[in-house]
Amino acid sequence: MNFEPTIVAFLCNWCSYAGADLAGTSRFQYPANVRTVRVMCSSRINPAFIVNALLEGADGVLVSGCHPGECHYVSGNYLARRKLVLLRRFLEHLGIHPDRFRMSWVSASEGSKFADVIKEVTEAVRPLGPNQIKREQVWMQQAL
Amino acid sequence: MSTKRIGVYICHCGVNIAQTVGIEELKSFAATLPQVKVAENYMYMCSEPGQELIRKDIKEKKLNRIVVVACSPRLHEPTFRNTLVSAGLNPYCLEIANVREQCSWVHKDKKVATSKAKSVVAAAVTKVALLEPLEEKEVSVTKTAMVVGGGIAGIQAALDIADSGFKTYLIEKEPSIGGHMMQLDKTFPTLDCSACILTPKMSDIKNHPNIELLAYSEVADVKGFVGNFKVTVKRKPRYIEEAICNACGTCAKYCSIAIIDRYNEGLSKLQALHIPFPQAIPAAYVVDPEECRYLKEGTCRQCEQVCKELNAINLDMQEESVELDVGTIVVATGFDVFDANRKPELGYGRYENVITGMEFERVVSAAGPNQGELLINGKKPKEVVFIQCVGSRDKTVGNEYCSRVCCMYTAKQAHLVREKLPDAKITIFYIDVRAFGKGYEEFYDRVKGESVYYRRGNVSEVYKKGDKLICRAEDTLLGKPIEVPADLVVLAVGIQPSAGARELGKLLKLSTSPDNFFLEAHPKLRPVDTGSDGVFLAGCCQGPKDIPDTVAQASASAAKAVIPLAQGKVKTETMVARVHEQACRACGYCVEACPYDAIELQLQEVNGREKSVAVVNEVLCKSCGACTGVCFSGAIQQTGFTDDQILAVIGAIGKEY
Repeated sequence: MNFEPTIVAFLCNWCSYAGADLAGTSRFQYPANVRTVRVMCSSRINPAFIVNALLEGADGVLVSGCHPGECHYVSGNYLARRKLVLLRRFLEHLGIHPDRFRMSWVSASEGSKFADVIKEVTEAVRPLGPNQIKREQVWMQQAL
Repeated sequence: MSTKRIGVYICHCGVNIAQTVGIEELKSFAATLPQVKVAENYMYMCSEPGQELIRKDIKEKKLNRIVVVACSPRLHEPTFRNTLVSAGLNPYCLEIANVREQCSWVHKDKKVATSKAKSVVAAAVTKVALLEPLEEKEVSVTKTAMVVGGGIAGIQAALDIADSGFKTYLIEKEPSIGGHMMQLDKTFPTLDCSACILTPKMSDIKNHPNIELLAYSEVADVKGFVGNFKVTVKRKPRYIEEAICNACGTCAKYCSIAIIDRYNEGLSKLQALHIPFPQAIPAAYVVDPEECRYLKEGTCRQCEQVCKELNAINLDMQEESVELDVGTIVVATGFDVFDANRKPELGYGRYENVITGMEFERVVSAAGPNQGELLINGKKPKEVVFIQCVGSRDKTVGNEYCSRVCCMYTAKQAHLVREKLPDAKITIFYIDVRAFGKGYEEFYDRVKGESVYYRRGNVSEVYKKGDKLICRAEDTLLGKPIEVPADLVVLAVGIQPSAGARELGKLLKLSTSPDNFFLEAHPKLRPVDTGSDGVFLAGCCQGPKDIPDTVAQASASAAKAVIPLAQGKVKTETMVARVHEQACRACGYCVEACPYDAIELQLQEVNGREKSVAVVNEVLCKSCGACTGVCFSGAIQQTGFTDDQILAVIGAIGKEY
C-alpha cells in the first residue's frame, strides 16, 4: 500500500511562512503532503490545535516559527516552545505517537531548509501509518 | 449566523499556476463549496482587468466575502484589500489561498498539485465565511528619523531626510563619519577623487540645522514600532569634549603611545590620542581607551596639561545613554572587506608585498602613508599582479555571491599603476569581468588598451622564489598552467556584511538572506523596505553595491522614510485582540504572555456586576495572538485569527477532496 500521510503545518507569518514562500520562489520541490495554516506568530498556536488537527484527519503536524532570539514579536517563539514541548509528552497519553508532532525553526531566508523539513517530517510520519485516532473514529461511526 | 455570498477568483498567473494546477477542475470544485456564489478565473488576477472582475461581481452579484486563489498573501494581500475597498467592501472580508509559492511552484505532478489546491481553497472559503469586517485606526507619528551608519549611504539618506524638513539623528559607531568611501583614492569609472566628492557631504552633515550627529555611538536598544520608536543610543566616551575641541592637534604631539592607524589599513601609526584623519567629522580628537597609558595604567595625563586653556580633554569621561524618539529608521551599516587571511594560499599576511585592494587604495592615496607614491618596501614594483574574486564567488569561504565592485576597482587600480609606473608589467587574473554599470564597459576597454594583461583563471597559489613572488594559475583560455612573477600582488577582496549589523538586525527584527545581508521586503518591488514597518535599508547592508547604486538606494530609502513623517499618521495593527468580558476569568495569563504590555486587568461593570477583566490597549497590540494562545476560557480572541476560524481551517485543510 502506498500510504501518503497528510501533514498540517502551522507557520508563523514572518519567518516560516516567508521561508515556505521562498522555497516556492526558488522552486525547491518538496512532498505535496503538507498543508499550511498561516498564523501571525507561533505563540498564537493553542496546543489544542495540534490535537484537533490530528482528530480531524492529519497524520502529522508541524509547527514552525522564527529562530530563537529572532521572533518578530520579541519572544513569541519561546512561549510557543514552552507550551508545545509539554504537548509532545502529553500526546503519548492520548495514544498518539509523539513523532507525529514536530517543531522546527525556519527563517525567511531558509527556503531550502523549509523544503528539507517537509521532506523529513513526511518521511518520519510515513512509517507510522495512518493516524490511529482517525481510524478509531471511523470504526466508532461504523459501530454506531 | 447570516449566510455569506462568497466569490472565488482563481488566478492563472500566466502559466505559473495554470501549468501545475488544473484551473477548470479547481473552479468547478470551488463552485460546489458552501455559500460560494461565484467562481471565476483569469490570466492575471492582480492586473486591472482582473481586479475589475472582482469589483463588478461585488457590486452586481452582491458578494460580501472574497477568496483570491493566487500567489502568497505576503505579496498581493494589500493589492486585493484595496480592490475590496474600491468596491465598497470592508478590506478584511478577504482571504488569499496561496497556490503559487506553496503549491504550483513546489510540486510537479498536476494531479497531486490540483488536489492540494482544492484543500487550500476549501480552507480559504471556510475561513472567509467566518471573517468579520475590521476597522483600521491611526496613531500620530513622531516626526523625526534616525539613520544608522555614517558611510556614504547613511550620509546621503540623512541629508535627504533632513532636506525634506525633518529632524534626523545620524548614528555612527566610529569617531568620524565617512565610512569606507573615505579610504578610497579614486572612484571608478570617472576617476573622481573620493575625498573631493565625499568631504563636502560630510561637512553638510555637520552644518545641517536638521541633523544631529551622534558619532562614536551605537544603538543599544529599540522599542516601539513605526511612527513611535524609542531608541537607546550608547555614546562611547571620547575623552575629549567634542563641542570644545578645536582639533589643533597639540595634545597628540605629547602623546607617546603609538597605535595602528586603521584609516590607513594599518600601514602607518598614529597616537593613542588622535584624529582618525584630518578631514574627520566631527572635527575632534579621540582617545583610544585600549591603548591610552592613563586609562590602562593610571598614570600619564600629559595631554591634559597641554590643553589647559581650552580644557577639552576629560579623561574621566563615562559612557552615556541617550534616549531618542523617532518615527522611522534607515539602516545603513555598510560592509566589512573580506579577511584575506582566510585564503592562506594567496600569501596574505605571510608576504609583505601581498596586499588587499583596500590597502592598495591607501598606498596610492595622496593622503596615505606614502603621500601617493606607489612604493612597496621602499621600492617601485616592476611587475604587478591583481587577483580577482578573493572572498567572492567562492563556496569554500561561504560567499557564493559576486561583490559587484572588485572587477571595476581592480580595473581602476590597474589604471592607477599604469599612471604612476608607465613601464610596469600589469597582469589581472579574473574569472569573468563584470562591467555592468554606466560607463563601466568603456572604462574596462580603456584599461585593456593600457597594456594591462587580463588572463582568465583562478590563482591557486602565491609563493616566493628568490626576491619575486610567483602566482600560479591555470589560464583557462589557453587551457594550461602558467606562472607569473610579481613584485606586488593585490587581492581584490570582496564585501561582507558589517560585523555589528547582526546585533542591530536583531533589535530591529530584520531578516537576513542566505548571504547574511539584510533581506528586503521584496527583491524587485520593495527593495528598500524590510519586514519591519518603518525600517528601511540603504547601501551595502542589503547587498554589495558600488557608490552610484548606494547613493541611489540611500535616496530611495530616505524618500520612503519620509512618507510616514509627512503623513503624520500611521495605521495601527488591525487584527488586534478583543476580550469577551463575560467569559474572562481574569486569570492574567494573557497579561503575562503579551510581549508588548498591551493587556491589563481592570475592574469593569459586566452585566451589572463589578468584576476584573482583561482589557486590551489596541494601540499597543501588535496582533501576534500570544494572548489567545494561552487563554483557557476563549475569552480573548485575536481578530482574523480566532479559535473558531483556525479550528474551521484545520477541519477543512486536512481533508482530501
